[in-house]
Amino acid sequence: MPKATYAGREVEVNDEGFFVDPAEWDEAMAPEIAQAEGIPTLTEDHWRVLKFMRTEYTEKGEGPTVRVLGKTSGVSIKELYQLFPKGPAKLAAKIAGIPKPRGCI
Amino acid sequence: MTAQIVVLGGGTGGTLLANRLRHQLSSEDAQITVIDRDDRHLYQPGLLFLPFGLARPTRLVRSRSAQLRPGVEFREAEVDHVDLEERKVGLRDGGSIPYDVLVVATGASLAPEETDGLSDPSDTVHTFYDLEGAQRLAAALARFEGGRIVVNLVDMPIKCPVAPLEFSFLADWYFTKRKIRDRVDITFVTPLDSAFTKPACARALGGLLAERRIDLVTEFNTGSVDGAGRRLVSYDERETGFDLAVVVPLHTGAPFVGSSPGLGDALGFVPVDQHTLQSKARPEVFALGDSADLPTSKAGSAAHFQGEVLADNIVAYLRDKPLPASYDGHTNCFIETGFNKALLIDFNYETEPLPGHFPGRLGLPLLAESRLNHLGKLTFEQIYWHGLLPGRTLPFIGRDMPERGKRRQTTEGGG
Ligand SMILES: Cc1cc2nc3c(=O)[nH]c(=O)nc-3n(C[C@H](O)[C@H](O)[C@H](O)COP(=O)(O)OP(=O)(O)OC[C@H]3O[C@@H](n4cnc5c(N)ncnc54)[C@H](O)[C@@H]3O)c2cc1C
Repeated sequence: MPKATYAGREVEVNDEGFFVDPAEWDEAMAPEIAQAEGIPTLTEDHWRVLKFMRTEYTEKGEGPTVRVLGKTSGVSIKELYQLFPKGPAKLAAKIAGIPKPRGCI
Repeated sequence: MTAQIVVLGGGTGGTLLANRLRHQLSSEDAQITVIDRDDRHLYQPGLLFLPFGLARPTRLVRSRSAQLRPGVEFREAEVDHVDLEERKVGLRDGGSIPYDVLVVATGASLAPEETDGLSDPSDTVHTFYDLEGAQRLAAALARFEGGRIVVNLVDMPIKCPVAPLEFSFLADWYFTKRKIRDRVDITFVTPLDSAFTKPACARALGGLLAERRIDLVTEFNTGSVDGAGRRLVSYDERETGFDLAVVVPLHTGAPFVGSSPGLGDALGFVPVDQHTLQSKARPEVFALGDSADLPTSKAGSAAHFQGEVLADNIVAYLRDKPLPASYDGHTNCFIETGFNKALLIDFNYETEPLPGHFPGRLGLPLLAESRLNHLGKLTFEQIYWHGLLPGRTLPFIGRDMPERGKRRQTTEGGG
């Protein structure tokens, strides 16, 4: 498994850069992961989504898809794309240290 | 005491489950009622063929109640809500039906209104996911003399996730046959990062698309559909132009599922245990088919395998026994590729579609185009009405995914 270092700590990530163990993540790591993904600063709106992702993951064992985010996080899909341009669910999951949302079967 | 089993939805899953239960339970054991809003059972796989003049609308629809065994009561009514506390189903006509066991089999609903512009009336934007749409599309294709056709699925989950690909293959065949294929561009536009969700399958299908000169646009998340301007616009502001768009709208569960407290998830699907199909909210509530939040394809074949499992589980539940039967995610589908050929894929929760033969060494070829698979797809219509819906246990097509005849390869899990 590849490793990555965020906030001075080495963590295990998968081939696509998603955390293998979400428990290894803490808030101090998020800005660095975000920068590596092309998001220079995390605003309050970013954090609202990230925290929502973490809570959903803890409760359901899976991160929400964009569509579910748009319906339940209080942030519209349009805004989500402005906050996390390349694909909100994937990107927010990566920055929040949870696995890539499955969402599609 | 006679248990009241109420099945919401008399489509593929509800019908075959009710019939199986009637076979397994005496009339003293249980009274079984199926509720559906109408008495017209549509063979949905036929919708794929209708736009190309390969199926007739009147032949795809039969009476729902006629598909139910004697001893299963049919009630024609619109379900308005479920009261989990009171164990009652509220009907739109004001009626109320109490239950001891409830089965949600109300399928998936189309939600074009969730995509900007998609529910606006338009001559250029079509769908084949409902009967009316498929008929309208048949007329539009017949008039089409050249230009760009875009086939787009807005987002997963959708029913029969291979159907939009099949549509593209059939469009290639259709325009070739009309001798105007050179004047038609066909582009398949998907929010996924490849042609299909399952990697092994995505490779095989991606290859076929190229071979058939069908362009592939991936990771396109349709934000709006502009029929007058003839373009799809993605949330990240990319555009795909078209002369005719065939769009598969977003799917949700039946609206009453979402509006009945505790019953559904954010998209209106019913959260159930992946293996027993029992609701995560209530032990006396179950769901099968497209209405359930299962991580497998929303397909008739999956509903069929689930029905076999669920009937056993409900019988055990009524007898206060532990639920014995476990669904493994088994699904199979024929993928029509045009020119009288089709591919067959077979998979479950754990196993990707593998090459080989189904259901054993001498069976139908898997993950490869063949004429036999095309005949299989056509035969499925007869099996559907006469084997699957009556709730018969079909020879060779069991609930558990067969391993015989499959080649486990190192290429598996490549993406
Ligand atoms: C174009 C297309 C092609 C397909 N091709 C294939 C294929 O090749 N192979 C395959 O296996 N599957 C295929 N499918 C999928 C298959 O048809 C479905 O997965 C299957 O029918 C699901 O069964 P179900 O019982 O869950 O839902 P459905 O069969 O859709 O039944 C749901 C029922 O609930 C009723 N209902 C909903 N809401 C209410 C309400 N509020 N009150 C009362 N009644 C209500 C509806 O009227 C309907 O009868 C295809 C689907 C489409 C659209």
